[in-house]
Parts: sequence; structure tokens; C-alpha cells
Amino acid sequence: MLTQQIVNGLALGAIYALIALGYTLVYGILAMINFAHSEVLMLGSFAALGLAAFAPAAFGTGPLALAGLFAAGMLAAGALNAFIERFAYRPLRAVSRLAPLISAIGVSIILQNAVFLWVSDQSVAFPQPIAIRQIPLFGGAQISSLQAVTLAAALILMALLHFVVEKTRIGKAMRACADDLEAAGLMGVDADVVIAATFFIGGALGGAAGVLYSMSYGSTKYNLGFLPGAKAFTAAVLGGIGNVRGAVLGGFILGFLEVLAAGYIPNGAQWRDVIAFSVLILVLLVRPSGLLGEKLAEKV
Amino acid sequence: MSGGAMLSLDGVHAVYGRKIRALRGVSLEVRAGEVVALIGNNGAGKTTLMKTIAGLLAPEKGRVTFQGRALSGLPPHEVMRMGLSLVPEGRRIFPRLTVMENLEMGAYSRAHGAELAREYEHVFTLFPVLGRRRAQLGGTLSGGEQQMLAMGRALMAAPKLLMLDEPSMGLAPVVVDKIFEIIARINQEGVTVLLVEQNARRALKAAARAYVLETGEIVSAGDSASLLRDPAVQKAYLGL
Ligand SMILES: Nc1ncnc2c1ncn2[C@@H]1O[C@H](COP(=O)(O)OP(=O)(O)OP(=O)(O)O)[C@@H](O)[C@H]1O
Ligand SMILES: [Mg+2]
Repeated sequence: MLTQQIVNGLALGAIYALIALGYTLVYGILAMINFAHSEVLMLGSFAALGLAAFAPAAFGTGPLALAGLFAAGMLAAGALNAFIERFAYRPLRAVSRLAPLISAIGVSIILQNAVFLWVSDQSVAFPQPIAIRQIPLFGGAQISSLQAVTLAAALILMALLHFVVEKTRIGKAMRACADDLEAAGLMGVDADVVIAATFFIGGALGGAAGVLYSMSYGSTKYNLGFLPGAKAFTAAVLGGIGNVRGAVLGGFILGFLEVLAAGYIPNGAQWRDVIAFSVLILVLLVRPSGLLGEKLAEKV
Repeated sequence: MSGGAMLSLDGVHAVYGRKIRALRGVSLEVRAGEVVALIGNNGAGKTTLMKTIAGLLAPEKGRVTFQGRALSGLPPHEVMRMGLSLVPEGRRIFPRLTVMENLEMGAYSRAHGAELAREYEHVFTLFPVLGRRRAQLGGTLSGGEQQMLAMGRALMAAPKLLMLDEPSMGLAPVVVDKIFEIIARINQEGVTVLLVEQNARRALKAAARAYVLETGEIVSAGDSASLLRDPAVQKAYLGL
């Protein structure tokens, strides 16, 4: 029973973690909450759906179809996020801290409505490139092929992100910008380029999560991003917003909380969001900067 | 304007917001190979001047020229690529990057290769402590080590002109000696230096020429020896 909950918690947490990374990467550099991130992941899933509709023959089942969905979802979401940054946030960056936040809320509403009005106000079936079957694990627990793919994809993307952030030139520039944007400029770093790359990467991770989330429901909808977006944002805060490891940790913790609440508490399935968020509030009361959030070195 | 000026400012004004006028028509020049000091009290506008040259602040009026090219309006990453590096006030090293990564960021604008390997060696020769602490996070260094890292980081870009904003601030006298020793040494190696200091006596001894800034205006200028003897300067800045 517990093994099963762990499997379910991991699969759900992996999706939250991917989305939370998008919030935390952006926050790390700009101290800004990208409220449009939920819509970016929703549009990632629609882009994948669009590709599947455009080339239906190629989208039966199989790894190639799966890769195609990911590629479309990630590229579209990454590009969209970078585009939003360029036109809705960058011009406001110097104005005030609040202006880009308001702009983000505006973008979020516009994108939701655009899909609602021009694409569909209903759920739309999402392709299922994986043959669904249950794989038995030890202790009587099972993992579905979909959960396995979700976990594998999330872990690969996290490993990739880790490599980029720790080892590559752009990754080091991202970390330098997160430490001190102005000082990074003095080192010859074009902050605009780094910020655009950060939005692209965060958006692409969100796009992957959007595809995984839609696959697990078998459908997508104009408001698909809202709930996982809100939860992943909370997960990022729980882990310590701005901290990459914290986002992953927070995502998994939130996934576990929900699954455990649903599994062990009477009527837990209905109460799981309430329980999960109550725990979050408690943790934040004890640790306001989140689990791994550090007090940043004082800047002069 | 003499033909030999490497950096020149001509009637530069700078404002914060709409009201605070921090620079009021500053003109000065730095010639290739010199060490020039800029002294002035708290709030005189020294940091503002450095920021304006480095491109962190756009001048409201006036011209900044470096090696014959106008800098005014260029963003910091383009200014530094022309060979003009600023070691900012408060050091501003990257606290969550290792010492080595901080230095790598200093070399961000340059092609990699053998030349760069020599640069690391050079920085580690100037500041052996950085070599010993290369895997440590920048934020965990002592104040003096952070200042050395900030200078080493700037040198990684092989600047033609190095601007230092209060490099001795908050440091023990021995460390201050070391910092000034390094300034003299890199100048001998061909780097032109513009030095901002509140420690006017040290600055005037390190520099051949100096400017005195008061509430956003240059109030006197000349070679350091005569400024050291100037009664007004003695009274205001040397505590005599
Ligand atoms: N970001 C800012 N916003 C508004 N006013 C500022 C800002 N930075 C500096 N000032 C003001 O501009 C004036 C010049 O400041 P600046 O930092 O250039 O002085 P400074 O000579 O470097 O002083 P210090 O020796 O204390 O470092 C001061 O009156 C200061 O209050
Ligand atoms: Mg200053």
C-alpha cells in the first residue's frame, strides 16, 4: 500500500517539480513571479496536440510519437515564455517591481481567453502515444507505463538542467545573474540574453510538464495549467523560491502529501488539496524562506 | 583635450530619478599608463561617476569617450568588452559561485584557450590565496579575500583601463597595503588605473594625478604631490 503511494507520489511530484523549476529559475534572476507560467504549460500541451493533429499518421503509439509530442510542447512553451518576457516583462523591468507582475497576470488571462475563444471551451482529447499497462513492482505495488514515462522524462530533464546550470557557459552566467545581475553585466554578460534563455528553459520544462499532465488525463483544456501551476508555485515557495533543488524537493513533497492524504485519510481524495496546502502553510510559518531557501548574502 | 587621453569625460551630468542630481558637469581625463585618483567625501558622487563610465547609469548630459569611441548610452557588457573594467564598490563578487567560477565569469567575454590559461596563472600569482581557495564559494571568503577576488575577476578580462571603487574599504591595514601593492604592480604591467578612495592619503600616494569631487563637481585637480600640499585638500581630506 505504502509502496504504491510512493510510486503515485513520485509520478505526481515529478510533474509539479518540472513546473516549479520554471517559477524558481525566473524568480532566481528577476525576483519576479511569472504568473503566466500556468498558461505557458497549457499552451505547450496544445502545441503538442496541434502537431499530433497536423500529422495524425505519425502519431499512433511509440517512442517517436512520444518524442514528437515532447519536442513540440517544449519548443513551443519555451519560445512562448521567451516571447512573453521580451514583450510583456522586459519593457517594464526598470519601471517597478510590481509592473511586470501585473503584466504577467494580464498575459495569463489573455492566453487563457485566447484558447477558450479560438480553440475550445471544452476538454479536447489528447493523444496517448504510450500503450497503457501496469508494470508490477515489489510488494504488490504497480507502476503504470505512463507513470514510468513521466518519472523517466522528469528525471532526464532535471539531470539535463543540472548539467546546463552547473557546467555550461550559459548556466554559469545564469547563476551569476541570479547572484548579482549588475555585476554580471560588468563581466560582459548580456543580461537580456541570459534572461531570455532562462525563460526559454523554464518554459520548455513547463511544456514537458504540460504534455505529461495532459497525457495522464487523456485530454487538455484552456484552464489545464491553473491548478498544477498554482500547486507548483507553492511547491517552489515550499522548497525555497529561487533555489533549484528546493523546487524539485518541494514538487515531490507536494506530490506525496496529496497522494498520502488521498490514500490514508477518510474522504482524503476530496480533502487532499486542503490537507496539502495546510501542511504548506505550516511549513512556511516555521521556515518562511522555504526548506532550502537561504538568506542571501547581503548586497551592498 | 590632449591627444593622449584614453578616457575622457566632458561635461557629464547624472541624475537618479528626476530630482537627485549626483553629477553636475564633470570633465576629466585619464591617459594611457596612468594611475589617476578620484577623492571626495561620502555622497560626493564618486560611485555615480564610476557607474556612469561603466554604463550602469546613462549620463543625462555630456560625453564619455574611451579610446576615441563614445561610450555614452552603451550597456555595461559592451563597455567592458572595449577593455574597461570596473571593480565595483562593495566588491560584488558572486557569493554562490566558487572562486574559480567567479574568475571564469571575469573571462566571460574572452575566447578560451592558452591565453586564458596564462591569465589564471597571472591572477593566482598576484593573489596566491585565490589559488588555494579556488573551490570555495565566493560568499565564504573573508573581506580581504573577496576584494582580491573582485580584482582578480576583473583582471581576467585583461582590461586596458581598470576602475577601482574604494578597494580598501573595511580592510585591515596589512590587506590595504597588499591591495595598493597590487595596484602598483598591475599598472607597471601596463594597465591604466582610475582609483576612487576615501582614504585620500593612500590614494594620492598611489596616483600621479588626482581629481577632487565635491557634491557632483570637480573642485580641484592636479598632480598628487601638489594636492598633498594644498591647504584646502589637507583640511578637507587629510585631516590636517
Ligand atoms: N540609487 C540611488 N538613488 C538615489 N540616489 C542615489 C543613488 N545612489 C546614490 N545616490 C545619491 O547620489 C549622491 C552620490 O552618491 P555616490 O554613491 O555616487 O557617492 P560616493 O561619492 O560614492 O559616496 P561614498 O563615498 O559614500 O561611496 C548621493 O547624494 C547619494 O545619496
Ligand atoms: Mg561610493
